[in-house]
Amino acid sequence: MSTSKSIKKTTDLRFGIDTFGDLPTSDDGKLFSHAAAIRQVVEEAILADTLGIDIIGVGEHHRSDFSISSPETVLAGIATRTKNIKLASAVTVLSSDDPVRVFERFATVDALSNGRAQVILGRGSFTESFPLFGYDLRDYEVLFEEKVGLFAKLLDEKPVNWKGTTRAELKDADVFPKTDSGRLDVAVGVGGSPESVIRAARYGFPLVLAIIGGAPDRFAPYVELYRQAAEDLGTEAHPVGMHSPGLVAETDEEAKRLAWPAFKTSWDRIGRTRGWPPYTKEQFDYEIENGSLYIGSPETVAKKIARAMKVLDVTRFDMVYGQGPQKASVRLKSIELYGKEVIPRVKELLAKSK
Amino acid sequence: MNIHSIGILGAGKVGIVLAQLARHAGYEVYIAGSTDPKKIALTTKILAPGAHAVSKEEAALKSDIVILAIPLSKYASLPKAELAGKLVIDAMNYWDEIDGPRSDTVPELESSSEFIQAFLDQSRVVKALSHMGYHELHDMARPAGDAARKAIAIAGNNPQDVALVERLVNSIGFNTVILGDLAKGRVLEPGHSGFGASLSADQLRSYLTH
Repeated sequence: MSTSKSIKKTTDLRFGIDTFGDLPTSDDGKLFSHAAAIRQVVEEAILADTLGIDIIGVGEHHRSDFSISSPETVLAGIATRTKNIKLASAVTVLSSDDPVRVFERFATVDALSNGRAQVILGRGSFTESFPLFGYDLRDYEVLFEEKVGLFAKLLDEKPVNWKGTTRAELKDADVFPKTDSGRLDVAVGVGGSPESVIRAARYGFPLVLAIIGGAPDRFAPYVELYRQAAEDLGTEAHPVGMHSPGLVAETDEEAKRLAWPAFKTSWDRIGRTRGWPPYTKEQFDYEIENGSLYIGSPETVAKKIARAMKVLDVTRFDMVYGQGPQKASVRLKSIELYGKEVIPRVKELLAKSK
Repeated sequence: MNIHSIGILGAGKVGIVLAQLARHAGYEVYIAGSTDPKKIALTTKILAPGAHAVSKEEAALKSDIVILAIPLSKYASLPKAELAGKLVIDAMNYWDEIDGPRSDTVPELESSSEFIQAFLDQSRVVKALSHMGYHELHDMARPAGDAARKAIAIAGNNPQDVALVERLVNSIGFNTVILGDLAKGRVLEPGHSGFGASLSADQLRSYLTH
């Protein structure tokens, strides 16, 4: 069994904010356009950078409730206006993309940002990209498997020979730009499929767990699975991260009051297409109390994050912010409190608990 | 009939949680993925200790009750011959995000469990463990008598089979609500009122009958 082997010192800890580019509202309740929502994310990234937050991750979706379909374009915009923050996708839907182009785009973001790009590969929880780009969902497994394989080769930044069924063959194909560091930072985002956890270990890629519902504790065996698989396969087990939704406000009551209508709108919109029933206040409260929803005052959220990071033995926490139609001012405040109060407090709590 | 062994076809999110619950309740558990059992050996060892990772044929043959937890669109890969004569629990749902449009596989007016029963025409199919999310199945299982126990709805054509499934569901941590024959299980499918329900038996009963 693994004990706290990765939480060695608090300087190893990383904290991020993630968004799918949900459309915010102005203070008088007017919904932002997609374009304005993207500009808002850039402003939020600049704020996060100023606050010393380590990472911003932006998701890839192809539906009206989320503004970001092209994460690396948004990251390129953020790159030239920030200094230190890491620029991640959350996640890149590799199976409906071309690994060569994904590499080129992220290597470009890496150039613009002086080496701050990170590709997080994953399935994502939506599948709109498949019909949109002409892929058959039934080919999902072979698409992902082959494309991860090719992407892993491209990461070596040497001419590639590759043959498969999902794209044209490559013969001695050299792909540019090369990165200054010689290797793009990459991780795999997993929502709880054991097969995906083992795949991440097989390629020696770091793992980020997307924990959206239920108690985070449930994922502890997945972290063990990742480490054990890496050991069996002779690859390196990297530090593990997690990604969960949250909202920070001055008090617990205020945070819940602000989050509830936005979360309900967001969940119900998704639920309608998936055939699940309307999100109830009872579920929302239950998830805040027992699940992986980080909603509350800085102290409440910090305690909850510290607990989850310790239970799961992870060293990276990304808070998905701005879910549903939240006021832009609420999102900014939430990021500010997360950066100024939550992160230092989580570090303090984890340092104490060793 | 005494229930000693549970077979689980499907080693994804749902299959693993069901294996965990069944192991916790003391059953012999045989779990199978879509291909070589070696591929799920480590997953099984770490996530569902004590369960046996086997082929789908072996899981079907060795188990008193077999639970189906594969993507519904892959139904044709079920080991039909080995499942003949068996009590089979259909825990599957047609799920757009995995299976694509439902009408590609299941006729519009038919419930998915009736469709599976028609395919497994030598097996006895009961619908259960399909309407609650896998993380809720994991987090909400409670010992018998616990006031916070949630309920699982069951639909099946043969009352004796339904009674066996009821016993199994009770033993892994849930109360039960009996809906009636397999066709009544339609109400538990995505887009219908029972789907996603994580309620007490009284709440679920009144919710489904109003």
